[in-house]
This record gives sequence, C-alpha cells and structure tokens, in this order.
Amino acid sequence: MSFAKTAWKNIRRSPYQALAAILIMTLTFLAISFFTFLLVGSSKVINYFESKPQVTAFFRNEASQGDINKLENQLQATGKIAAIKFVSKDDALKIYRQQNANDPLLLDLVTADVLPASFEISTVQIEDMGTISNMLNKSAIVSDVIYQKDVVSTLTTWTSAIKKIGIVLIVLLSLVSIFIMATIVGIKISQKKEDIEIMKLIGATNWYIRWPFLTEGILYGIFGAVVGWAIATAGLLYTTPFLETFLKGIPVLPASDTDLLILLGLEIVFAVFLGAISSFLAVLRYSK
Amino acid sequence: MIKLDKVSKKFGTGVFGLSEVSLNVEKGEFVFLVGSTGAGKTTIFRLLIRDTLPTEGDILVNGWDVVHLPKNKLPTLRKNVGVVFQDLKLLLDRTIFENVLLPLEVAGAGDEEAAKIVDSVLGLVGLTEHKDKFPIQLSGGELQRVAIARALVLSPEILLADEPTGNLDAATSWEIVKLLSDINKRGTTIIMATHNRDVIKSLGKRIIHIEKGKIVDEEKGKRISGKHQDKKEEKVEEERE
Repeated sequence: MSFAKTAWKNIRRSPYQALAAILIMTLTFLAISFFTFLLVGSSKVINYFESKPQVTAFFRNEASQGDINKLENQLQATGKIAAIKFVSKDDALKIYRQQNANDPLLLDLVTADVLPASFEISTVQIEDMGTISNMLNKSAIVSDVIYQKDVVSTLTTWTSAIKKIGIVLIVLLSLVSIFIMATIVGIKISQKKEDIEIMKLIGATNWYIRWPFLTEGILYGIFGAVVGWAIATAGLLYTTPFLETFLKGIPVLPASDTDLLILLGLEIVFAVFLGAISSFLAVLRYSK
Repeated sequence: MIKLDKVSKKFGTGVFGLSEVSLNVEKGEFVFLVGSTGAGKTTIFRLLIRDTLPTEGDILVNGWDVVHLPKNKLPTLRKNVGVVFQDLKLLLDRTIFENVLLPLEVAGAGDEEAAKIVDSVLGLVGLTEHKDKFPIQLSGGELQRVAIARALVLSPEILLADEPTGNLDAATSWEIVKLLSDINKRGTTIIMATHNRDVIKSLGKRIIHIEKGKIVDEEKGKRISGKHQDKKEEKVEEERE
C-alpha cells in the first residue's frame, strides 16, 4: 500500500498538475460516455424501426376478401415475411379514434368507409423490403404502399456518421490525455530526480521507483473516468423526460442502471490502461 | 571482504581519478582512507557500490564481482553495503524516522518490524528524541548521525563513510568516530574517508594514504602512544564542555 501512499502524497503536493491531469481525463471520458449514449440510443431506435411493421399496403375499396387472402398467400410464399397483419376498415377506424380521441370534430367527420383496409408487413431482413413493396405495388387491389426504408436508412447513415466522429474524437482525446499525463508525470519525475538518485544508491530497484508514478497516473485516470461518467450520466438522467417525449414511445429510455454501471466499469478499465500507459511512457522517458 | 585489483578510473575529461589502485580490506577491519580533497577517496566509494565503473581493474566486495555484476543484482549489492555519503543525501521532505526507514521500505520489510529496527538504530546513534523532526531542524553532527543510522539500518556487513566529520567541530567529530568505532566492534567492516588527521591518529587503526589517485603510504594499526591519546581525548572532552 506504500506505493499508493506515496502517490497520494505526490498528488496532494502539486494540486494544479493533478487537477490538469484529472480534467483532461474527465473530458476524454465525458466524450466517451456521451458518444456511447448516442450510439446505444440510435441503435435501439434503428432496432425498433426494423422490428416494426415495415411495409404498409392500403387496399382499394373494391378489393374482396378473396383477393386479399390470395395476395397474403403469395407474400407468404416468398419466405421473406416475418409477420403480416390484416387491419380491416373497422380496425382502422378504432386506431383513428384512439389517435384523435381529443378532437371530436375529426372523429365526427370520419367513418369506417373512408378509411382503407391495410396489411402491416414486417420482413425477415431489412433488404427484403424493396422486393415486397414492388410486389405490392404491382397488385391490382393495392392503392398505396408506404414503407419505412427511408427512415431506417437515414438513421443508419446518421448512426454510422456519429460512430465515425465519435471514434475519431475519442482516439484524439485519448492521445491528448496520454501526452498531457505523460508530461505531467514527467515533470514530477524531474522534480524528484534527487530523491530517485538517493533511492537508487541505497538499493531501490527500478520498479520500486516506478510504482508510485504508475499508481499516480492510474489514479488520475480513475478519477477522470468517474467524474466524466458522472457528469454524462447526470446529463442523461436530467434530459430523460424531455427525450422520452421527443422519441414518442420508442423504447430507448430510461437507460437501465445495470447498463450505466457496466459502462462505468468499462471506462474505469480503460482509464487504468490510459493512466498506466502515460505514466509508463514518462517513467521510461525521464527516469534514465 | 573488499579487494581492489589494479583499479584505474579515467574520467571523461581524460584525467585519472584513480590509477592502478590495489587495496585489500579484511572482514571486521576499520580502515581510514586519508588524502586531500580530490585524491580519489570518493571515487573509490563510488566504485565499491558501482555508482560508476572502473576503466580498468577488478573489484570484489563481499564475494561479488562488482564490475561484472548483472544490473538486476545491483540493488542487492547496495543493500549490503551501507554508505554515509559526503553530502549525506537525506530526503529533506521526510522526517528523520522516515529517512532511516527508507532502506527498509526499499528492501520490502514489514511495517511493524521496520519501525522496531528504526527505533533501535536511532537509539544506537542517540537520535530517538529527534525522530519526528525534519532534516532542516537538526545540527550538522545530528545529520551525520542520521546518515549513519540510515546506512546501518539494513545491518550491512560493510559500512563506507565518506568524510563523516567533514564539517564538524573537533568534539562532534570525535563523537562520530567513536560511534563508528562502536559499530566496528559489533563486526561491521568500515572504511572511513577523511582528511582530518587528528581524528584518525587517536584510534590506532590502519591508515591508507591516497594522493592524486594513487596509494602513497600505509600505516598498519600504529597507535600513537597511549598517553598521547588520553591527552587527546581529554582535550576533546574539554572542547565539548
């Protein structure tokens, strides 16, 4: 434990350097937490859209139940259908009434006859949506086809852009924190040059001298990770009510406590790695 | 115990710090290394703990071939040879207790056991009441004793003392020499470098004279007449009072 004690003493005796090291680590882990939330959130949104009925086909009024059944059999025969649901005119009216329960004027205007019956179809794979929607378009009883390919592909593009920006930013910040921490630990080693020389003369091994500096770097990392994570998590919890309204029932939030703690755990592991690497660089560079 | 065989040390400037020095110190001996400043006394000590390497020659310390010692054995050598450095090399931001504790920490001794050893060594050098002070609060003679305590704390078989009386008055110098002599009586081999002839003559130990990097003369255990020494001690006692 004496390494930790020595390291703690070193931190206490140069608070500004310690603060600089912890702040840069905090910034790095704030970015890591933030982008993790964004990526996990957007992939949940994509999953939601992918699992929802992807293609909706509205039938013409003259479509008979026989024709509709025939079309359903044809679709099932392709083997690309995960689920298919028939929504009759009456069902459509019920849904319409639910959605507009607060607006009696709209309810009065609409009867079951006005609303078309429809199929809500989800495909096994997202790529099959195009084929299925082509098939539906060709059918004589279908008046209109809507599918969420556009929504998903836009989201996918966004997510992959966020991912790229996030990775670049995290790599850059990690490098910056490694170099800043290495410099800070290096300054401390230079300040302790005389002590180190004395310790070596009375028989200290290289590792005896290195450990307190490594421990110091690791402690900066852990502090930074915890603070960065705490700020990001507090921000997430604070904005959760607003985001939930914005996402209109897409089950992304609230984030589970377990997931948040797992993120903290992983961040601490990464922080230990970053801290150890930077102090080790400093030790190799300055303790010659 | 300690053997130098035709050891030369040439510095980067081309000046010879030592040239062909051969020296033999037996176990349990107390040897004075005498010479003016720059004669090469400190260089010999630095060579013995491999703080520097000789240009030529072989060095044996307690059975170790110092020149060819693998780097990872260096800490072991240094733990077995206690050194009182000329400039003391105490850590100014640690208390006396912590300074003396340092070699034990480095050697990985347990906390309780280490504290006991430090207390007993501080008792031996008479610094128990100063243990929680910092080096800056102590006098020159007391600091010398701290350095001696630190050199002794690992119970080394060999103790090298480089000018331990350098900046001290006669009375305090005599105290330090007496302390080293007591330590020697417990079986520790001691080499003490000094240029203070008054201090050494009284003790009647072996004296090696070194000048300009060469051994010029050796006196074997010649004790200056008892009468003379008694006078000397009296004089020292007077000065102390």
